[in-house]
Amino acid sequence: MNLLPWTIYVSFAGAFLALLAGTRSASAARWVALATAVAGTLLTLLAAQSFTPGPAMQTLVDVPWIGELGVRYHLAVDGISLTLLVLTGLAATAGILFSWNIEERTGEFFSLYLALIGGVYGVFMSVDAFVLFVFYEIAIVPKYFLIAIWGSTNREYGAMKLVLYSFAGSALVLAGLLWAYAAGGAHGFGLDELTIAATHISHPSQIAIFALVFLGFAVLAGMFPFHTWAPTGHVAAPTAASMLLAGVVMKLGAYGCLRVALPMFPGAFAACQPIIAWLAIAGIIYAGFIALVQEDFKFVIGYSSVSHMGFVLLGIAAATPLALAGAVLQMFSHGVIAGLLFAVVGRMVYERTHTRQLAALTAMPLHRLLPFAAVVFVLAGLASLGLPGFSGFPAELSILIGTWQAKPLWALVAAVGIVVAGAFTLRAIQVAFFGSTGARASSVDAHAHPLPPITLAEKSGALLLLAATLFVGLKPDVLLNWIVPALQSPAFQAVIKGGTP
Amino acid sequence: MSSLPILSLIVFAPWIGALLLALFGRNLGANARRALGLVFSGSTLVLALVVVGLFNPAAAGYQFGESHAWITTLNVNYRLGLDGLSLLLVLLTGIVSPLCLMASWRIERDTHTFGALFLLLQGAALGVFLALDFFHWFLFWELTLVPAFFLIKLWGGPGATRAAYQFVIYTLAGGAFMLLGFAALYVATGTLDFAELTRLAATGGLAPKLAALGGFWPTAVFVGVFLGLAVKVPLFPFHTWLPSAYAEAPTGASMFLTGVMSKMGVYGFLRILWPLFPAQLHAAAPCLLWLALGGVVLGAFAAMKQTDLKRMVAYSSINHLSYCLLALFAVASATKPDAAASALSGTLLQMFNHGLSAAALFACVGILEARSGGLRGLNDFGGVRTVAPLFAGLCGVAMFSSLGLPGLNGFVGEFLIFSGVFGLAPWAAAVACLGLLATALFLLTFWQRVFHGPVGAGVAAFRDLDRVEILTLLPFAILMFLFGVLPQIVIILFNPLVTTWAAHLP
Amino acid sequence: MNTPYGELLVALRPELCLVVGALVALAVDLPKSSRSPTQRLQISSTIGAIAIIAALVCGLDAGLPGQLFSGVFNLDMLAQASRAGVLGLALLTLGITAGTSRLRHPAEFVAIILFATAGFTLMAVAQQLLLAFLALELASLSLYVLAGFDKTRPESAEAALKYFLFGGVSAAFMLFGFSLIYGITGSIELPEIAHRLAMTDTSPLLMVALVMVLVAFGFKAAAAPFHLWAPDVYEGAPAPASALIASASKLAGFTLFLRLLWPGLGAVSGNLTGTAGWLPVVALIAVASMLLSNLAALAQSNVRRLLAYSAIAHAGALLLGVIAAGTSGPSPVFYYAATYGLATVGAFGVIAVIERTGPCHSLSDLAGLRTRSPLLTGCLFVFILSLAGIPPLAGFVGKFVVFSAALKLGGLAGWMALLAIFLSAIALYYYLLILKQALVVPAAAPTSAPLRVPPVAAFALLITAGLIVLLGLWPSLLLGLF
Repeated sequence: MNLLPWTIYVSFAGAFLALLAGTRSASAARWVALATAVAGTLLTLLAAQSFTPGPAMQTLVDVPWIGELGVRYHLAVDGISLTLLVLTGLAATAGILFSWNIEERTGEFFSLYLALIGGVYGVFMSVDAFVLFVFYEIAIVPKYFLIAIWGSTNREYGAMKLVLYSFAGSALVLAGLLWAYAAGGAHGFGLDELTIAATHISHPSQIAIFALVFLGFAVLAGMFPFHTWAPTGHVAAPTAASMLLAGVVMKLGAYGCLRVALPMFPGAFAACQPIIAWLAIAGIIYAGFIALVQEDFKFVIGYSSVSHMGFVLLGIAAATPLALAGAVLQMFSHGVIAGLLFAVVGRMVYERTHTRQLAALTAMPLHRLLPFAAVVFVLAGLASLGLPGFSGFPAELSILIGTWQAKPLWALVAAVGIVVAGAFTLRAIQVAFFGSTGARASSVDAHAHPLPPITLAEKSGALLLLAATLFVGLKPDVLLNWIVPALQSPAFQAVIKGGTP
Repeated sequence: MSSLPILSLIVFAPWIGALLLALFGRNLGANARRALGLVFSGSTLVLALVVVGLFNPAAAGYQFGESHAWITTLNVNYRLGLDGLSLLLVLLTGIVSPLCLMASWRIERDTHTFGALFLLLQGAALGVFLALDFFHWFLFWELTLVPAFFLIKLWGGPGATRAAYQFVIYTLAGGAFMLLGFAALYVATGTLDFAELTRLAATGGLAPKLAALGGFWPTAVFVGVFLGLAVKVPLFPFHTWLPSAYAEAPTGASMFLTGVMSKMGVYGFLRILWPLFPAQLHAAAPCLLWLALGGVVLGAFAAMKQTDLKRMVAYSSINHLSYCLLALFAVASATKPDAAASALSGTLLQMFNHGLSAAALFACVGILEARSGGLRGLNDFGGVRTVAPLFAGLCGVAMFSSLGLPGLNGFVGEFLIFSGVFGLAPWAAAVACLGLLATALFLLTFWQRVFHGPVGAGVAAFRDLDRVEILTLLPFAILMFLFGVLPQIVIILFNPLVTTWAAHLP
Repeated sequence: MNTPYGELLVALRPELCLVVGALVALAVDLPKSSRSPTQRLQISSTIGAIAIIAALVCGLDAGLPGQLFSGVFNLDMLAQASRAGVLGLALLTLGITAGTSRLRHPAEFVAIILFATAGFTLMAVAQQLLLAFLALELASLSLYVLAGFDKTRPESAEAALKYFLFGGVSAAFMLFGFSLIYGITGSIELPEIAHRLAMTDTSPLLMVALVMVLVAFGFKAAAAPFHLWAPDVYEGAPAPASALIASASKLAGFTLFLRLLWPGLGAVSGNLTGTAGWLPVVALIAVASMLLSNLAALAQSNVRRLLAYSAIAHAGALLLGVIAAGTSGPSPVFYYAATYGLATVGAFGVIAVIERTGPCHSLSDLAGLRTRSPLLTGCLFVFILSLAGIPPLAGFVGKFVVFSAALKLGGLAGWMALLAIFLSAIALYYYLLILKQALVVPAAAPTSAPLRVPPVAAFALLITAGLIVLLGLWPSLLLGLF
C-alpha cells in the first residue's frame, strides 16, 4: 500500500529520464517511458492486491508542507481512488505502446506524457485540496504541448481551447476552494477540514461556492454545455494524448466533483441536483446525436466521450449509493474503452490511411486491410454501446438503477441515450470498417491499398485494454467491492442522505 | 442428477468452437472449418438429448440448476436452470443450428469467420433459454445481436447494410427500455433473479413493491419490458425490421433468425412478462389481442402480396409467431384453466414447429437462390418439380407443415391454439381464421408458381439436390412427419409445466 | 540628542558596500587601457558581484535591531527580507548583464546598477518620509539612466525620456503629498504620523495628500491608469535594465508602500464599504490594473510589451495583497513580489541572451528557441509558467497566498480576489503564446542558428529557475520569515 505514492515519484523521475534519454536516442526514451508506465501499473496492482476495502481513506503520507497555510502533503486512498489509479496505470501503459511510432522529439513527448501521468496519479491520491489542486494543474499544462506539437487537425487551436477551458475550470475550482477556506475560517486545506469549515458558511454562499467548484471540475469532465473543448481537443491531439484525455483526464473532473465538490457541500448539492442531472442528460443525448452525424471519424469518438461522461455525471447527480458506484465504474470503463477507440481511430487507421473522413474510409475495405483494427474497434464499439459482457454494461446498469431510485424520469430519458449510443457506434463501425463488403471487397483491393501491418506494440496495447474491459465486464465485483465500501464513509453518506430529493 | 455443469456446457460448447475457429480457422482447409463448426454446433443436440434422458418431466420446477455468486453488489448470481420450456427450445436450437450450417455449406468467403460468428450466435441464444438471472440473460440477449449483425452485414444481400443496421437499432432500442424496466424492478425488489421475482409475483409481493414507485411508473416498467420483448418477437406493429433483415441475411442466418431467435421473444413473454406482470398483462390483453391478430392477419396478407420468396417466408414468420402471442394474450385475458392449458401447449408446440418449418422454408429458398444465381422472385421460376423432384418433395413437406396440414407437425400446434383461444376469446379465434386462409393462399401460390407450370427459362439447367442439401432438408422432413404423427414425444416434456401454469392462473 | 552613529554605520554596512563597490568599479575602469569592452565588463561585474555579495552578507549579519537612528530606519524582518531580496535580484541582474551586455561603458552600467540597488535597499529600510523620498529618487534616477544606456538605439533614448518625464512628475506628486502630510501631522516619521492621524479627523486636505501619494506610487509601480510608460520602457531599455525595473524596483517599492500605508497611514485607510480613505483608491487602481492589462496583453505581439502588461497585471495583484496586508501581514505581498521578481528577471535574462545575436521584439523572434537552445527554453518555460501561476512553481503559491488573504477579508476584497483568479485564466492565454513560439513553432530560416549561452548568464538563469522551483515547493522558506 505504502508504495502507492511512488507512482507519482516514479512518473516524474521517468519524465526527467525520458527527456535525458531522448537526447541520445528515440528508442531509449521509449523504453524508459514504457518501463516507467509499467512500473506505475505494477505499483497500483501491487497496492490493489493488499488493499482492504473500507469506508476510511487510508493514509499513505501525511507531512506538513506549508505550515503558514496549514497545507499538508497528505496522500490517501480509498476504493474509488484505487479504481482510478489502476485505470491510470493501464491507460498510461497502453498510451505509450500506441505512441511507439513517435519519431519527432520523442524524448520530449514521453517526458510531457509522463509528467501528465504523474499529475493524474497525484490528483487521485490527494486528500488536501491544495495538493490536489497542484497535481491537477500539473496535469493540465502538458496537454497543451502534447497537442500543439504532436497533434494533427487544427492542433494549435484545439490545444489552446482545451487548455483554456481546463484552466478556466481550475480557476473556478481555486476560487471556490479559497472562498470556502476563507469564509469557513479553516486552518488548512485538508478536505475533511474544509468540509467542516463549509458547514459554517451561510446557505446561499454554500450554493455559490458549490456551483463554482462543481462547475470548475465539471468543465473538465465535459459537462454540457461546457463540453466543446473535448471534441476539438480530442481530434487535434495525438493518439496517446487523446487516449489519456478521454481516458484519464476527463476523469479528473468527475473525480473532483465526487471527491471535493459533493462531500464539502451536501446541502448545496441537494439543491442543485436537478440542474446537474438535466445537464448530464442533455450531454448524453445531445452529444450522442451530434456523434451520429459527424463525418470525421475522430469526432464521432470525441462526442461519444462526452456522451459517456454524461452518464458519469448523471450517476453523480443522482447520488444514490448504486448510482455513485456506477459512476465510478463508468469512469473506469469509459477510460479503457475510449482509450481503445482512440487508439484504433488515431493510430491504427489514421496513421496508415492518412484520412479520418468516413466517406474516404468507407471506400476502403478496411476490415480486410486491417482485420485486427476492425476486430478491436468492433469489440470496443460494442463495449462502448454498453453491451453486456463488457465493462460499460454493469456501469450503465448501476447508474440507471441508481438514478431510477432517485428519479425515474431521469433514468427514462437517459435510456434514450443508450439507443443513440448504439446508433452512432454501429454507424461508425459499419461505415468505417465495413463500408465496402461482400463481392465488392475482393481480395484484389487488399493489394491495391497496401497498408503497413499492425505492430506488436499496438497489438499488446489493444489486448491489454480489451482484457481490462472484458475482465471488469465479467467480474465487476472486483472494482465494486472496492468502491462500495468507500461510499460508506461519513462524507459520502452525507451526500447520499442530503442528496435524495 | 449429474454433478457435471451440463447446462453451462450446452451454452459454452459452441463458444469454445467459435474461439477455436477464430484462432485457428485460418490454418484449416475450408471443409475442415465447416466440419469443425458442425461438430461444435451439433454438440448442443447431443447434450440436449442427454438432458432429455435425465430430465424428470413430472417436476414443474427448474432442473439441473447451477448457481454461483457473481456480482455481490448488485445481488447478481450466475444461475442456470432448465424446465420443459427451456428444454424444448434448447432441443430446437440443437436441431436447427447444425442444419443452418449445413445450408451454409456453399459459402466460400471467410468460412471460419462465418462459423465462428454462427457458433457465437448459437451459444448466446442457448444462454437466453437457460439463464435465470436477468443480468446474464440480458448479456446473452444482447450478445445475439452482434454475430447476427455481422452475419447479415457481411454475407447478406445488397441491402444488407441497411437491414442489419435497422435490425440492431430496433432491438437495441427495445433492449434499452427493457433494461430500464429491470433497473426499476431491481430498485423495487433488490433482485434480478427470475425465479425469485416470479415467486414474489406469485405470492403477491411484487405488485405492492412496484406500486411504491408511485404514479404511472409501475405501468412504465411493464411497458419497458414489453417493448423489449415485442420488438424481438416481433409483435405487430414493431415488426418492420423483420422482413428486410430476414430477406437480406444469408440463408443460414435467416434460418437461425427465424428458427431460434424469434423464439427468444416469445420465450421472454412466457418466462418474464407473464409471470411478473400478470395484472398489467391482464389489463392490456384486449388491446394486445388486437395487435396479435394484426400480426396474424396482416402478416399473412402481406406475405400474399410479396413477390420476393424470402420476404414472403419472412412475413409468414410474423404470422406464425403471432399465433403464439395470440394464445398467450388470450390466456392472460381470461381465467379458464382448461382452455388455457390447451392454448399454452399450443403455443409451445407452435414455437417448436415453426422453428422447424420456417427454417426449412428458408433453406429451400436458399437452394433456389443458389441454383438461379441469386434470383428468388415468385415469378422467376416455374416447373422446378419436373427438374428437381426430390427438392420439390422435401420443400413441399416443409410448406405443408407450415400451412398446418394434418399429419405434419404444424397442424397440432395450431389446432391446440385455436381450440384454446376459441374457449377464451372466440371472436379472436374467428378473426384469426382469416390468417389461416391467407397463409394457405400464399403458400399454395408459392408452390404453384415455383414448382409447377412450364419449366422456366433458367430452371431447365437446375440440378437436383446434392448430398449436403439432402442432408440438410431430409432431417427437417423426417422430423416434421415424426412430430406430426407423435406430437406427444414433445408434449410430454412440457405438459406438467403447462398444467401447473394453467392451474395457477392469477 | 545622542545620535548613535556607530550603530547606524553597522546597520548600513550593505549600502556602504554597494556604494564603495560602485566607486571601485568606476575607479578601476578609469585609466585608459587596452582592455577590450568584454574584459572591462568582466572586471567591473566581478567587482559589482563582490560588492553585492558583501552587502548581502553584511545585511544578514546585522540581525534585527529594529528602530534605528531615532526611527528613521526600521530594520525589522520585512526590511531585512526585502533588502536581501533586492540584493539577490540585483545580483541576478548583474549576472545577466555580465553575460550579455554589449554596452560601450560597462563599468558605468554596473556602477549605476549598484547605485540603484543602494536606493532599493534604503527604500526597504526607510521609515521616514524624507529618507523614503531620497531613496526612491536615488533608485529612480539610476533607473532613468539605465533605461537610456544603450545609446545606439533610439528606442532606448525614448524609453529613458518617457520614464524620466513620468518619473519626474510622479516625484513631484509624491513630494507634494508628503509635504501635505507633514503639514497636517507635523512629522515626517511614520510612527509619529500614525499617532497624530489617529487623533485627528480626516480632512479634505488629507484626502488630497493621500491621492497625491497614491498617484505617485501608481506611476512608480506602473499600475493602471498610470501605467502608460511601462510598455515603452520595457520595450526600449536594455534587457538588464528592464529586468531591474521590473523586479528589484517592484520589490523595494512595494515594501516601502506597505510600510507607508499600513504602519504610517493605517488610521486613514478607510474601508471598502464606502468610508473615505486610501483603501478604496488602492482597490480601484488594483482592479483597473488587472482588468486593463490582462485585456491589453491579449493583443500584444511584442514580447517585451507583453511582459510589461503582465507586470501591470501583477502590480494589480500585489495591490490586492497590500489591501489584505492590514490583517494578513506583509508576508503574502513580500512572497509575491519576490517570486514575481525572480520570474521577470529570468524572462528578461532569456531575452537578453537572445538579443546577443539577433532581435527579440516580436513573439515570432522566439520561434524555434527549443532547437536553438534547450537550456534557454527550459528556463523560459519555468519563468513564464511561474508568471502564469502554474503549480508547483513559486508564482502559483504567490497568487494563492495573496488571494486567500484577500478572500479572508471578505466583502469587496473577496470579490476582487475572485476576479483576479478568473483573470488568471485569461492570462494563461498570452503566456502560452510565448511558450508556443518557443516550444512549438519551428525556427524561421535566418534565425535558426544555435544560440551560445554565456556561462555566467546560464548560471544566473539556472539559479533563478532553481529558486522559483525551490520556493514553489518550499514556500515556507519565505512565508515562514514573518
